[in-house]
Amino acid sequence: MAATTHDHAHGHDNHHHDHKPGFVARWLFSTNHKDIGTLYLIFAVVGGLIGGVLSIFMRMQLQFPGGTVITSGQTWNNVITAHGLLMIFFSVMPALIGGFGNWFIPLMVGAPDMAFPRLNNISFWLLPPALVMIIIGLILNESGSGWTLYPPLSNQTYEPGMGMDFTLFALHLAGVSSLLGSMNFITTIFNMRAPGMTLHKMPLFIWAELVTAFLLVLSVPVLAGAITMLICDRNFGTAFFDPTGGGDPVLFQHLFWFFGHPEVYIMILPAFGIISHVISTFSRKPIFGYLGMVYAMVAIGVVGFVVWAHHMYLSGMDVDTRAYFMAATLVIAVPTGVKIFSWIATMWGGSIEFKTPMLWAIGFLFVFTVGGVTGVVLANAGIDQVVHNTYYVVAHFHYVLSLGAVFGIFCGFYYWIGKMSGRQYPEFWGRVHFWLTFIGVNLVFFPQHFLGLSGMPRRYPDYPQAFAGWNYVSSVGSYISGIAILVFLYVCYRTFTSKEQVADNYWGEGATTLEWTQTSPPAFHSFTELPRIK
Amino acid sequence: MQLLRRLPAALTLLLAAAMMLSGADALANAPRPWEMGMQPAANELKARISDLHNLVLIIITLITIFVGALLVWVMVRYNATRNPVPSTTSHNTTIEVLWTVIPVLILVVIAIPSFRLVYYLDRTPDPDMTIKVTAHQWYWEYGYPEAGDLAIESRMIRDEDLKPGQLRLLEVDNQLVVPIGKKIRILTNSVDVIHSFFIPSLGVQRYAIPGRTIETWMTIDKPGVYYGQCNQICGVDHSRMPISVKAVTDDEYKAWLGQAKKAALTDPSQRRVLADATGATGQAIQR
Repeated sequence: MAATTHDHAHGHDNHHHDHKPGFVARWLFSTNHKDIGTLYLIFAVVGGLIGGVLSIFMRMQLQFPGGTVITSGQTWNNVITAHGLLMIFFSVMPALIGGFGNWFIPLMVGAPDMAFPRLNNISFWLLPPALVMIIIGLILNESGSGWTLYPPLSNQTYEPGMGMDFTLFALHLAGVSSLLGSMNFITTIFNMRAPGMTLHKMPLFIWAELVTAFLLVLSVPVLAGAITMLICDRNFGTAFFDPTGGGDPVLFQHLFWFFGHPEVYIMILPAFGIISHVISTFSRKPIFGYLGMVYAMVAIGVVGFVVWAHHMYLSGMDVDTRAYFMAATLVIAVPTGVKIFSWIATMWGGSIEFKTPMLWAIGFLFVFTVGGVTGVVLANAGIDQVVHNTYYVVAHFHYVLSLGAVFGIFCGFYYWIGKMSGRQYPEFWGRVHFWLTFIGVNLVFFPQHFLGLSGMPRRYPDYPQAFAGWNYVSSVGSYISGIAILVFLYVCYRTFTSKEQVADNYWGEGATTLEWTQTSPPAFHSFTELPRIK
Repeated sequence: MQLLRRLPAALTLLLAAAMMLSGADALANAPRPWEMGMQPAANELKARISDLHNLVLIIITLITIFVGALLVWVMVRYNATRNPVPSTTSHNTTIEVLWTVIPVLILVVIAIPSFRLVYYLDRTPDPDMTIKVTAHQWYWEYGYPEAGDLAIESRMIRDEDLKPGQLRLLEVDNQLVVPIGKKIRILTNSVDVIHSFFIPSLGVQRYAIPGRTIETWMTIDKPGVYYGQCNQICGVDHSRMPISVKAVTDDEYKAWLGQAKKAALTDPSQRRVLADATGATGQAIQR
């Protein structure tokens, strides 16, 4: 470990720890974990804004039956596909993994930088071209398969244009980016922790990123295999998924969800980590049941790999197989419950201050509980027979992701923006942002449970008159959420133009992890002397 | 068990005051405005699904209220003004074991009826008749293998052709006609992309996947019309291939079957065919 640090220090032209290179060298050829983290965060905001605008278009189309905002079914399918892929691969993942992970893994384990700084650079710079390719797929109007990419709809016969190939190769690039990034994370966490920081003393955010990185390393290659086969089916005459050539469309579903289900934990686990720190900080209490929290995350990661076919209850699987996947899926509720109760127990007996990050954390606990319990309903292969693919599913996964993971992102933003930028956000506007978002997103997604139970299928650009009422409410909610995003942009503007310089540890005694021992913002190269953990 | 069945009903009543205002439609087999729960069950399959859903709904509602109440309690009791000095507790083995074991017990309570349901819904050992559902971009084809391979193509009625009182995006030209009180085996298949054959009020849904036949079953208790929609993204007109099932008495069914066969032989414009002209060469037909 010491040798790595030593080499790295010599890799730079000078030893003065706060010398910054020029613009091009600093931002395009960046090898500094903080700069790469910043690039990831900016990228995530861009991806999220594009995906968010698409979602507003979708809600405008669905505000009334017979909507005329998006008139072609093909365009509609392209928009929903791009919305899903953008939000997952180009907003939530870059923010929680690339952004906060890069920024705070070295700072929290007391390392000067990531283990492989140049790998880190590539892993970021693969993403912008991938984003461009997704957008090309959208603009060409030729990738309308839904983000699940199920063949035959995504094969040459039914989606003949180049746009679909652009989308598939974009996923390849994003996948390679995630793989490189997660290998870097694993190496850094295993080898570059400060002396004395054993695995069982690691901050929970580090544990969360570690489990996430393992999930990525094990699941992304399976997606890569699946889309490679799909690309071959489309372009090179193979028939992996084409029944007329002896292939099987359901094989793709198995491969896709073997990646896809761990993917949802990939998106939520880092948020778990952030929430833990925020709740502990603002309750001024150590995390309750640290080991339980750690092993709950590990358990979620492990079990998350053996539940994938609960997305495929209606694909004609054998009934015993369905029964197994139902049982395995229900099991996940247990470690998730442990986490929720441990967070509440952390607050119990605390001295809670309701600063903006804490509002997001408490909001997270509520929306994640709602999203979690509807997961128990959907896990039931029997009930799934009438809610599968309906808006109930849309409501469920937006409660855990669009609300859960995104609340985690905003929670981390308000918690750490002072540390990252050296400037504090305006508290009043932070609260406005929270309350507008909380009301807005609940208004969007809660009524969607009703629509789903009533039988409204997802991915519909138009619907029977009976579904009009709740769709209208949902659309109004999305406009409120849209205004909340404008407030967020204003918060960013106010933060970055503020003159006030914040202290090293501006949250006080509750914040105990290593990043708070550094200046705000931290020096360009931090921990030139390794801290020692007692 | 009686109690368990009544509790959800009471809860639904409370929750669904708004639904009551919309007025009870005699046709209970389509979605209704401002509906907050599942469509009413029209057969035993859906009744059992609804029962289990009601049980789970009560459990998850209680859990959510419990978590919400705990959150409110800690926010009120342990905020910085009321509790300036935080405790330093970070372990309590008893409570940690409790909040692992109790959820496991709750899950067992949910799991037992769930297993029963999933095996019940799977297929029927002694079907009275079979319907072959073949999905196309973007219409359904219903085959009656026991009636000389009669096949009926069922397409959505476009907005401009709707008659007063017909439901937009749900009505079709040729309905799937089936007798009441029979165990109907359903075999789904597709000739192009994946679709999903979904009728909420009957508790029926299976994907229709090219190259594979999937079996499920249903019964229908009362005569009436039961609506459903395609529920797996299948391209441009995904939202325009509804399902409409007309359930009739056995006598009416036999009469209809005779007429339909005759019509298929004499009037091809009815989109009713006897021979299986589609199916195997599906892709060629599609493009």
